[in-house]
Amino acid sequence: MVDLSSDLGFLRLKNPVIAASGTFGYGLEFQPLYDLNLLGGLVIKGLYLKPREGNPPPRLAEAPCGLINSIGLQGIGVEAFCQDVLPKLSLLQTAIIANVCGEEEEEYARVAEYLSRHQGLSALELNISCPNVRAGGKCPAQDPEATYRTVKRVKQVSPLPLITKLSPNVTDITSVALAAEEAGSEAVSLVNTFLALAIDLESRKPKLGNVLGGLSGPAIKPLALRMVFEVARQVKIPVIGLGGIFSSHDALEFMVAGASAVEVGTANFVNPLACPEIIKGLEDWAESHGLNRLSEIVGSLKV
Amino acid sequence: MLQDKKARITETQSWGSYFLLRMSAPQIAREAQPGQFLMIRVSSGFNPLLRRPLSIHNCAGSELEVFFQVTGEGTRLLSQKMAGEELDILGPCGHGFSLKPEFKGREIFCVGGGRGLAPLYFLARELQTIGATPVIFYGGQTLSDLALKNRLVATDWEINFSTDDGSYGFRGFITQLVEQQLKKRKPAFLFGCGPEAMMACLAEICQLSNLPAEFSLESIMGCGLGACWGCVRKIKKGGAIKYLRICQDGPVFPAEEILWSGD
Repeated sequence: MVDLSSDLGFLRLKNPVIAASGTFGYGLEFQPLYDLNLLGGLVIKGLYLKPREGNPPPRLAEAPCGLINSIGLQGIGVEAFCQDVLPKLSLLQTAIIANVCGEEEEEYARVAEYLSRHQGLSALELNISCPNVRAGGKCPAQDPEATYRTVKRVKQVSPLPLITKLSPNVTDITSVALAAEEAGSEAVSLVNTFLALAIDLESRKPKLGNVLGGLSGPAIKPLALRMVFEVARQVKIPVIGLGGIFSSHDALEFMVAGASAVEVGTANFVNPLACPEIIKGLEDWAESHGLNRLSEIVGSLKV
Repeated sequence: MLQDKKARITETQSWGSYFLLRMSAPQIAREAQPGQFLMIRVSSGFNPLLRRPLSIHNCAGSELEVFFQVTGEGTRLLSQKMAGEELDILGPCGHGFSLKPEFKGREIFCVGGGRGLAPLYFLARELQTIGATPVIFYGGQTLSDLALKNRLVATDWEINFSTDDGSYGFRGFITQLVEQQLKKRKPAFLFGCGPEAMMACLAEICQLSNLPAEFSLESIMGCGLGACWGCVRKIKKGGAIKYLRICQDGPVFPAEEILWSGD
């Protein structure tokens, strides 16, 4: 029996596979399809203080081996989440991680503070990297100083471990990761989606209602993998890797590149059983490679 | 709701750009209601990436049928599937048409434009089992759009056909034919599915005639489960206008709740 667990220091996951924010709703949507207790963890759809309308449709466009979305964080807000959803999620034996959003620094802090007052969350993921909520795809994670300030502010008000989610839409992602670490973030997760554009040629209009969107899926995997590799070499805190993970081999590559755990996003749409199948695949691979603990491979890339 | 990765195709039919696939999927078939849909994986690779949402056209015993038109790469790949092949399907998804006890003994108008007839066949069969009388309206631009003509004629339902060019049935829009009939008869309800302009026009006709109606809407979808919020549409609910998910809050909505593009 292989030990699949992933010890992030602040949190021990039963396995390294986490369902990614924005692709897994509020968690319960996938409950009819499989036992959510199989998951290492799940990250809730991004939460603001208030319910949020999101972006005008169309919100989805396909790209070769990829998906461009401009959902714009439509959601129920923290109050409804804590009242209606969290009590149900608390019954699960898996790590529940809330994704914290904000229009500005203070809202991030207030969302984190509100969530911290409730039982049932294992950690917070700080969403400073959504490309769909500010003009031109701008986000705090494009600036090390803004990242530092936001992390610092959230750490002041919330005792929960913090995972800062980074944007790939930067020149140097390691500087942002280091800023998050210095400000006290317990981990970083990367990457969010790549800012993208899809055009309908005949109408010469953007395919998405919000013009720009974020690209995810297999198309971005090599880029995400590179960034995880770069960041993992620079920071001391655990790295959670994501970006186009569709199979156990994808997940293993991210771990070899330095990720202690992985998040699975767009794959949940294409194959709703992606997460449990990846977990099974990790176990099989570890067994066939004679590993006692899967975590042995983290950061084992031979360069 | 479940995922069946081995739904074996038992029969295929085609009429120009229109296709019908019958598949064996006992567990999904057991739960399926008219107006619900399947999320079908069209490629075993990643291109195109997303599943395609298709209405359940018919459900009989352990078998399900989908009827669709080739409109892009996804439906083109699906159209090439052959009997004996296995499909990866997820379903039944969404909320279907409202079948009410008071429909018993009453006429129910089922209005489909082109591929929009897809969910109405299953619906008409269920209407019949609850003792209602389905009256089908099937419109297309031209005769070749009425792919299901023979199948419908073989039933004992009343079928009203229209084509824009007059190549079969009434010459004109199906909405005109519905309007004409509403002057003579009093159905209890109207169900519709088809092009936006057709449904918007029908919604107006129904409102003027005080005829309650429901429409089945279409959208690109990410998950089909209500998790991604990618397929939303503006819906009037309890005095407010909100983005609701076509996949989970629909795909069928009451006529008065739908905001049409001209609204």
